Amino acid sequence: MSAWLLRRFAYALVILFAVNLLTFALFFVVNTPDDMARMQLGNKRVSAEAIERWKQEKGYDKPQWFNASASGPGRWTDTLFFEKSVRLFLFDFGNDIDGRSIREEILARMGPSLALAVPVFLVGLAFNITFALGMAFFRGTALDLSGRIACIGLMSVSSLFYIISGQYLVSKVFALVPISGFSGGFDALRFLVLPVAIGVLGGIGAGARFYRTLFLEEIGRDYVRTARAKGLSEWTVMFRHVLRNALIPILTGVVAVIPTLFMGSLLAESFFGIPGLGSYTIDAIQSQDFLVVRSMVFLGSALYIVGLLLTDISYTLVDPRVRLE
Amino acid sequence: MKFVLLWTDGLAWALVAACIAFAWIVHRHEHLRAPWRRVAHSATAMASVPVLCVFLLIGLADSIHYRLALEQVDKAAPARYAVEVQSVLDALLDRLRTARERTYSAPLAIHAYQKESIDQADGTTVRDYPSLRFAGLHLHSEGERTTDLVVRASSGAVIGLLIWGVIWLGARTRKGEQSRQPSPERTDAAWLSLAIILMCGAMIARCASGYHVFGTDRVGQDVLYLALKSIRTALVIGTLTTFVMLPFSLGLGIAAGYCKGWIDDGVQFIYTTLNSIPSVLLIAAAVLLMQVFIDTHPDLFQTLAERADLRLLFLCIILGLTSWTGLARLLRAEALKLRELDYVQAARALGVSSLRIMSSHVARNAMHLVVITLVTEFSSLVLAEAVLSYIGVGVDPSMNSFGTMINAARLELSREPPVWWSLAAAFSFMFILVLAANLLADAVRDAFDPRTATARIAPAATQAGAHR
Repeated sequence: MSAWLLRRFAYALVILFAVNLLTFALFFVVNTPDDMARMQLGNKRVSAEAIERWKQEKGYDKPQWFNASASGPGRWTDTLFFEKSVRLFLFDFGNDIDGRSIREEILARMGPSLALAVPVFLVGLAFNITFALGMAFFRGTALDLSGRIACIGLMSVSSLFYIISGQYLVSKVFALVPISGFSGGFDALRFLVLPVAIGVLGGIGAGARFYRTLFLEEIGRDYVRTARAKGLSEWTVMFRHVLRNALIPILTGVVAVIPTLFMGSLLAESFFGIPGLGSYTIDAIQSQDFLVVRSMVFLGSALYIVGLLLTDISYTLVDPRVRLE
Repeated sequence: MKFVLLWTDGLAWALVAACIAFAWIVHRHEHLRAPWRRVAHSATAMASVPVLCVFLLIGLADSIHYRLALEQVDKAAPARYAVEVQSVLDALLDRLRTARERTYSAPLAIHAYQKESIDQADGTTVRDYPSLRFAGLHLHSEGERTTDLVVRASSGAVIGLLIWGVIWLGARTRKGEQSRQPSPERTDAAWLSLAIILMCGAMIARCASGYHVFGTDRVGQDVLYLALKSIRTALVIGTLTTFVMLPFSLGLGIAAGYCKGWIDDGVQFIYTTLNSIPSVLLIAAAVLLMQVFIDTHPDLFQTLAERADLRLLFLCIILGLTSWTGLARLLRAEALKLRELDYVQAARALGVSSLRIMSSHVARNAMHLVVITLVTEFSSLVLAEAVLSYIGVGVDPSMNSFGTMINAARLELSREPPVWWSLAAAFSFMFILVLAANLLADAVRDAFDPRTATARIAPAATQAGAHR
């Protein structure tokens, strides 16, 4: 187990390094710091000195891969790649355009992101499983068919529509909750009710439909037929046998998502003015703050890899047939 | 007039040609036709086919571009062309395109949305809602509007039904006697939905000749026109993206599964790396870079449309690069399974080269995965476009798309009275397109997926009744 973990950890590091190389290539080689300076300074008629000054201020004036003017290990460490990429592994993200520490920002914004993402995740999971179980229980009937069509209908609506119309109806017309904003403590509940409801509603279509197929696959198994042959009621079969076994693929699938909850939800956070990581990312994209975007890419990749690891581990925990080797 | 072949136009027409060729091959082989026939057994899928066909026709009409020749003063000089690139759809919708009001107006309204100072004939000015320049001009008084609309709508419905009747009779007489026996194919659903489309289409067309059916936007453009123009963008993103990624997924996925070893490791490494980057961020990064490239090379593009088109193509490629991994993973798993089967072993024993086994034995038997992915990806890509355009990394702001429509109109709900029609038009067109695609995709998945095809779900009643 520990040897396996160690190997996976090394593999994760290699992948993160590749991600870093890729984003470095995207952000610095294809798109040189000069272009970046020109974009940040606003117009195309910037003097060469202004660009140089900007690059020096932000630390972009070093050679990309290899510094011939330095000596010793400094030849490799005093470069743009080392400064901007390798430091990410130490979670040293540098400062954003406004001069604030990106690391502090991320730590401060994690809370609001989780306050939105965790309820959406949990409530959504419970909702989807219930809905899917209902459809599987009434499989083949008109109720199942209308449930399926409802799922497809819900899936076909743009998430922007849920947010815009929800915000308009609930916050503006009926004035039940504030339109946007956030605050700490219990007061946050007021601000979170609507985005959570919208997040859950937007996820029902795809989620419930997927879980329904999982349940139906399980219902076709031999052990379910055996349970029925013993004379168990349909109710017992569904809850004691089908639900429990179908939870294995559901839970292992869900584990991969848990770490990415930290990244927050891009759309909901930006529409509802929640100061989380999602809205931070959107702001960074819109103000073309590449350092923040790169930090978020690194963080997202790291969390994704943690999710993969957790998935593998959770398999061994719930299914004794699987062993890590 | 000079034809302009934009990149996406060329690719879209190539795609149409490829689809026709594919349909021809499928038509000639019974075993390939069978799953498509199963798709036809689903009433919802059949009902969505005419809807998709109408969207496709609009999109294709919008994919033939040309530049009009300018009037020449000097006959000897070389011909000069307008800067504006037009499409056949623009020519068809010329009235909608040119009927520009000053600013917002509500659907079917004859007065503008805002009060303005109007000079009266006797020299005084009053503040009132001014009449629109292109709506309800044929009316003599305001009271006539309702009756006029009812007349137009009902005559449109009758015209639509008449067209439908002609098509239906034509199809019936062509098929002749063989259609008498009942078939499980749900053509009735397709005919019903075609009737509804034709009726609605003719009603809208009748009303659109005198009014702005979906109102006008901030700069006074007809919203119906904008929505119709957006269809092409949605279709291009939904289809080209998957086709751009197809060579990658097919080649790498099958090679990984068939060859195993270091090729498999390498491919898995590539797709784990790409998957681990949050796709929105990768797309955002790539689109920002593209923008820098376009801004620094303005001389590469003759017209605004070409610039916007290149950005659209690039968006397709980037979306494709971030999403090819899903299909590649499926194909890898399928190839791992297929390579152990007897017919592949037999081919290898007979000395068939690996490349040939992969292309003609493995790839051909994994085609159902490609078909399923193509149809299921379509709708999610159309929805993704709107979101990306909202974030600001979608299509060029000058290009008509559902995303840019929504983005331009989303703040207008806070006006008093709210301007809801742009949003409503964009969302409802998008919903109809995506719903039709999803319904078709659902049936295609059921028909092509061997798991659902072999183990058809027995109704609950019979299973529950069995043990009683």
